[in-house]
Amino acid sequence: MANVLFDHVSKSYAGGHIALTDLSFEIAQGEMAFLTGHSGAGKSTLLKLIMLMEKASQGQVLVDGVNLARVSQSNIPFHRRRIGVVFQNHQLLFDRSVFENVALPLRISGYTSRDLERRVRAALDKVGLLNKEKQNPIELSGGEQQRIGIARAVVNKPSLILADEPTGNLDPKLSAEIMNLFEQFNDVGVSVLIASHDLPLINRLPHRVIGLSEGRLAGERAANYEASGGPNNGQ
Amino acid sequence: MASNSFNKPKKVDKAKIKVTANKRSSITAQSQWQAYLQHHKLMAVDSLQRLLSSFSSSLMTWLVLAIALSLPMTLYVSLENVKQLSRTWDQSSQMSVYLKQGTKQRFADEITAELRSWPQIQSAEYISPEQALNEFKASTGLTDVIEGLEANPLPGVISVIPKLGNQDAGGLEALEQSILEQPHVESVQLDLLWVKRLYQFMDLGQRLVWALAALLGLAVLLIIGNTIRLSIESRRDEIRVVKLVGGTDAFVRRPFLYTGIWFGLGGGLIAWILLSAGLYWLSGPVERLISLYGSEFVLKGLGPSDSLLLIFDGVVLGWLGAWLAVSRHLSRIEP
Repeated sequence: MANVLFDHVSKSYAGGHIALTDLSFEIAQGEMAFLTGHSGAGKSTLLKLIMLMEKASQGQVLVDGVNLARVSQSNIPFHRRRIGVVFQNHQLLFDRSVFENVALPLRISGYTSRDLERRVRAALDKVGLLNKEKQNPIELSGGEQQRIGIARAVVNKPSLILADEPTGNLDPKLSAEIMNLFEQFNDVGVSVLIASHDLPLINRLPHRVIGLSEGRLAGERAANYEASGGPNNGQ
Repeated sequence: MASNSFNKPKKVDKAKIKVTANKRSSITAQSQWQAYLQHHKLMAVDSLQRLLSSFSSSLMTWLVLAIALSLPMTLYVSLENVKQLSRTWDQSSQMSVYLKQGTKQRFADEITAELRSWPQIQSAEYISPEQALNEFKASTGLTDVIEGLEANPLPGVISVIPKLGNQDAGGLEALEQSILEQPHVESVQLDLLWVKRLYQFMDLGQRLVWALAALLGLAVLLIIGNTIRLSIESRRDEIRVVKLVGGTDAFVRRPFLYTGIWFGLGGGLIAWILLSAGLYWLSGPVERLISLYGSEFVLKGLGPSDSLLLIFDGVVLGWLGAWLAVSRHLSRIEP
């Protein structure tokens, strides 16, 4: 079953600005894909539609078979809990420790302390920051902050991870590390959709690429493309 | 990278992540309830810590709230004391029943006996015009002037003392009315007419207390509402993130409601301290003043129920103010 399905989706704003036009594609469960295009091409809008931060003007968006147009206002939080999000500016909270930042989605979902500690440590371990759990994220480097953002996105074990320019502020080496992390989650069956304009990096990775231009689908590259960096080494 | 102590559970967890990566582990109703309580506790402690960490500005808010809460309560306590005091005055209130000019002694005695038999009257005594004139002469020393009068200008008077106890203004008025309906009675004068006026003033005072309480209650709501609004503004990023990772409105609201409750509780407690201190400060002079009049009046302080009411009001207003602010401003912060 498709994890994410866009069916002739258009999105226009009240001011007359058209962000997406008649967009159709699907991402299968367990697939990893990049979303590319210039800024203003509609990448962020597309992610916002999946997160229900916006609603489609026309067409349908389905996540795990659920038509998002039918999700009531009060059920939006529960929809969002099934998706892990990573932001370019990582959106960490600097008034609490690394541990509490990662624990936030679990506190929201209603985990008790014991369960919660176990899962937070597992997520921090996965991104290699277990020894920094007591620190404040402001003390950490940009790459580390982004990894905390990723730990927060995966701590609730979502079936889908969305990332909006996750390597935007990072140097190539750190960017490759971050992408490698996403690949690791993809390896265990999580669908991953990453909006990025870091074409050199994307071209070295063997994943599907969906190109957007002015709100329309503008070319697509299938997965397992013979990338110059070789498949899945992530270095 | 991890310290040694974490090595063991780490391995187990890694395996688990893989196993459960695709299916969300179920959260039982019981664990959800526990987590809910845990979050309440966490938010209660966290919001209090936030208030204490910016102590001076919190204290300022607490003091403003305390003043707003203590003003109507002060008026209420004063009123209760005046009521208590007026009860002792009431006992000495006396009525003069003036009979019509030329009423025969026989009829006057009859009415006096009649009044004496009424349950709401303690005693009634007839003072004839001659007696009254003699008393007047004796007390004023205007003998010559009075000797010069052709006829005695004074009417007969029955001096009535109402029964002690549960006489309020209404009771006295009703008594006055029924005496007026007696034959030969010209007029009835309440010697302590001002007692009646005092009751009216107290009626007015009571309404004033309510009006003031309503106004200052509104002020408390606005103060707390505004404080919470600022705190929402300063935590805008956090709210956005919480909403993005699936926080419900109730979850987002919780810390702010607790902040309101802490503000209200603090304001109520300080108001209580202010009032108690004020009453203690006044009790000395008031007692000395009262002892001059030989009264048994004791300054009434805040009873336990009044104290609880004061603090409870603070808490409820704090919560309500926070609720209003949160419901107005939170929906505007959307991710």
